[in-house]
Amino acid sequence: MNPFTYSHATAVDDAVRDKASHHDAAYIGGGTNLLDLMKENVERPTHLIGLNRLPLTKIQNDPEGGLRLGALATNADTAWHPEVEKRYPLLSQAILAGASPQLRNMATNGGNLMQRTRCYYFYDTATPCNKREPGSGCSAIGGYNRIHAILGTSQSCIATHPSDMCIALAALEAVVRVSGPNGERTIEFADFHRLPGNAPHIDNTLRPGELITGLDLPAKGFEKNYSYLKLRDRTSYAFALVSVAAALELEGNTIKDARIALGGVAHKPWRDTDVEDALKGQPATADTFRKAATQLLQGARGFGSNDFKVELAKRAIVRALKQATEMKQGPTEAFLNSNP
Amino acid sequence: MSQYTNYIGKPTNRVDGPAKVTGAAKYAAEFNVPNLAYGVVVSSPIAKGKIIKVYSKPVLKIPGVLAVFSHENVPNLAWFDRNYKDDVAPGGSPFRPLHDNEVKFSQQPIALVVADTFEVARYAASILEIEYEEEDHETDIELKRTEGFMPGRGKSGWMPPPPPRGKPDKEWKKAAHRIEHEYIHGAQHHNPMEMFATTTEYHPDGSITAYDKTQGVYNAQQYISKIFGLSKKQARVVTEYMGGGFGSGLRPQYQLFMSVMAALELKRSVRVTLTRQQMFSFGHRPYTLQYVKLGTNPDGTLAALQHHALHETSRFEEYTENVVNWSGMLYQCDNVKLGYQLAELDVYTPLDMRAPGAATGSIALEIAMDEMAFEAGLDPVDFRIRNYAETDQNMKKPFSSKRLRDCYHQGAAKFGWEKRNPRPRSMRDGNMLVGWGMAGGVWDATQKKSAAKATLTADGRLEVSSATSDIGTGTYTIMTQIAAQYLGLPIEAVTFKLGDTDLPEAPLEGGSWTAASVGTAVKNVCEEMGKKLLKQAQKMKGSPLKKAKFDDVEFVNGQIRLRLDPDQAVVIRDVLQASGKEKLEAETSATPNMLKQMQHSMHSHNAVFAEVKVDEDLGTVHVTRVVNAVAAGRILNLKTARSQVLGSIVWGISMALMEETIMDHKFGRYMNHNYAEYHIPVNADVRDLQVLFVEEEDEVVNPLGVKGIGEIGLLGVAAAIANAVFHATGKRVRTLPVMIDKLL
Repeated sequence: MNPFTYSHATAVDDAVRDKASHHDAAYIGGGTNLLDLMKENVERPTHLIGLNRLPLTKIQNDPEGGLRLGALATNADTAWHPEVEKRYPLLSQAILAGASPQLRNMATNGGNLMQRTRCYYFYDTATPCNKREPGSGCSAIGGYNRIHAILGTSQSCIATHPSDMCIALAALEAVVRVSGPNGERTIEFADFHRLPGNAPHIDNTLRPGELITGLDLPAKGFEKNYSYLKLRDRTSYAFALVSVAAALELEGNTIKDARIALGGVAHKPWRDTDVEDALKGQPATADTFRKAATQLLQGARGFGSNDFKVELAKRAIVRALKQATEMKQGPTEAFLNSNP
Repeated sequence: MSQYTNYIGKPTNRVDGPAKVTGAAKYAAEFNVPNLAYGVVVSSPIAKGKIIKVYSKPVLKIPGVLAVFSHENVPNLAWFDRNYKDDVAPGGSPFRPLHDNEVKFSQQPIALVVADTFEVARYAASILEIEYEEEDHETDIELKRTEGFMPGRGKSGWMPPPPPRGKPDKEWKKAAHRIEHEYIHGAQHHNPMEMFATTTEYHPDGSITAYDKTQGVYNAQQYISKIFGLSKKQARVVTEYMGGGFGSGLRPQYQLFMSVMAALELKRSVRVTLTRQQMFSFGHRPYTLQYVKLGTNPDGTLAALQHHALHETSRFEEYTENVVNWSGMLYQCDNVKLGYQLAELDVYTPLDMRAPGAATGSIALEIAMDEMAFEAGLDPVDFRIRNYAETDQNMKKPFSSKRLRDCYHQGAAKFGWEKRNPRPRSMRDGNMLVGWGMAGGVWDATQKKSAAKATLTADGRLEVSSATSDIGTGTYTIMTQIAAQYLGLPIEAVTFKLGDTDLPEAPLEGGSWTAASVGTAVKNVCEEMGKKLLKQAQKMKGSPLKKAKFDDVEFVNGQIRLRLDPDQAVVIRDVLQASGKEKLEAETSATPNMLKQMQHSMHSHNAVFAEVKVDEDLGTVHVTRVVNAVAAGRILNLKTARSQVLGSIVWGISMALMEETIMDHKFGRYMNHNYAEYHIPVNADVRDLQVLFVEEEDEVVNPLGVKGIGEIGLLGVAAAIANAVFHATGKRVRTLPVMIDKLL
């Protein structure tokens, strides 16, 4: 870890100005990921701007009937917030599938979006990694890649985005509010994270100095039919091998609207709106779900140790959609959701 | 009146519990001696090659940096290998930190940066530039299958496999039912919660006190005194508490060397703490390939048994463990062939890890036994009982005691095994497949020479001490119980001290031998003290014990009294006061009764029953129930013993389902070297665990009749779970751990 200076920001503008005035500055909220990365010498900011005094911790209704989540509300406060539990239970479930209670108590909503990949090679400075050191090469390709991506990969990176919360946010089509040197703007969730392409060191579409101030959840919460299914190597406190945020709007047994977002399979929460559109008007049956799953994974490819993810993702999609349809917790789900 | 000072066997709370939960218990990195400097280790990014240059200069300019130590400037130290050998060093040439410019394994310690503060040392270490010349490395045992060799030297406690008996090849070919399979398990690292650390306090006279994390203070003391030319007086080693060991603290680790070396060079106290990542740099349970062939006769008895193992070792030491020998004694079989080989790789030397060898071997043997039972159409418990070994065929000796049969019966009854439908895929819970599997194991009951000291003071308090360790298992507590019972004192009046080379010598804490070895020394020293007390008691005016011999009296409830006439008694405190002495002291040691022990095979056994629920579609496995029936002689403390076995079961779940250190052979480097990606069970993975102790009376193993329970609980757990997965799914997974992808 390198020496760094530290300042508290008390207003969003101050934070943004402070960032602009330093060369290698970083914002810090809960610090649950940044601190690790600094200890591993993956990130070496020379100045940290503490955000926890900013007035961005509120969770409140917005005029359009949605819900606004403050960027500094903790993951725990968000997951257990009565409005979130009632109107966006998919989001609650996804948050609670991630990390541990201690981490969720520290981690903030804005920070959750900023999590970096858990690729072994990214974390180990002894090995080449294009995301950490552009141009040095990708060690995961041809290496041990059990936890790596199967969709949207590039020749320079097969890392995955590690968040659970973001998978639900993608499914719910949240909007990210940011503040920067040039004022405020909003980013559609689908546009926030990016695919690696030939610039895997860039995780998202934030412009230099921009700060996440909040997340807007649209009015539609799919609170009647939803499921967050997370598959991993132990029952809690492990990143997803594959996760699925599934949300359905049903009329009888007919699908009126559907959202499917995948975690653990790509550099960003993975959605395919064509597949979702194709589900509209279809009966909510295993057959329909299987077709959707196959279609969603059409371009998927494994890299050796993660080959199994292609099939696992298909099965997980089918199961998640089934759970969303039936809204009954079977024995498996009792185990998988025994987390909080 | 009840004998309230009878503590042995009682479920007694940990005497060190309050110190641990209040933070009063200090660990190696918590001794804040004055004027402390901090050392941070720089580890090699390459697996093999040469260090060309260590660019220390820029780092030395950083304010607060005191020194950069590497092979370029390490002081002249002992020359011969023997000076670097510790009590459990395998044959070969021990690794010497900072010795020369050779890199022998990835994460090898290359340099130590010392500074006034930890933060400066860590920063300086992060920018220290080191130039390497990389050479080709070999780390993949799969490519060394044909290059295995029989170790020539071994290490203490290792036994070459016994020679073949009968006609194992011929009888296997003739057998009514046969199986032959390969079983594989990858490397595992101990990963105790507490990171390895040493705080070396430098005294003005040039002597040192090393607060070290070690399972043997005497072993660590001998190591540093031989390397640095210190007398034993000049090198005191202290380990009062340990946040877990599992074998990782058996050998002195390099932070001890680094800390002592820097302290002696800088003439200043120095602390070196390893990082979690560096916890993957000094020894592991070796990657092991095993091959088992079994054959049965029509009546379900074993016709032939063959078990071969090949595992990795380093280029510089021949690490050995007993992997296959157990297979020649756990079951009755007259046609047996056992094979054991090592393969050299560019890795650090493997290291004893809880039930070393047996944990590995039992996985292969016990999955194979399950396969054999299935093939022969026999119930797995019934099959084992049909092949029950009444004598140890390896040693051709009777067992000192063995109630494994009762473990099978009592474990099965507790589990409800009789309700098992033998057909795979026959049991369900909703959409989940349910599987019931079982397995078992065996471990040595060993006693080693051990010494102890006792001091009884006028206030009636007893302090007993021995330089053993408590690696979290309850040594403090059981020794306190033994001492309190043998001198008939209330447990609150007894203190046990350990982990200090100023105390009488005890063996390394390992091999499940501490309770037997140190416990017997504690018993002996208390009897010595008892004799002294009796003598003083007899001097008292009107003493009712005047004519009593030692065997005529008992020490109970704070009194010495006649066994046959308990009303004739004196209070122990009164004896001391009447004697006019401030204290009474006794010191003695305990050695095994070799005459008795040589004639017997001494072992603990267990039988494990596991239930799994498998979501076949998603490949998830949950262990819902485990019953572990353990026969390990006399149990000293039901509470701490149960905790140890619970921990074993959790580790067994880990071995079966998730735990493995993964190496990328391109780099010859372990890649999941952190707690996030090196998976061990969390609470949600641990469900209903039940422990049964089948007590044995055994006068051969030691006078206390204890066999030790540190290892035995782990055996059979992983195999029982793997067998349960087969019963649930019909899929046999022979490469553990059983992860999602293996069941899809």
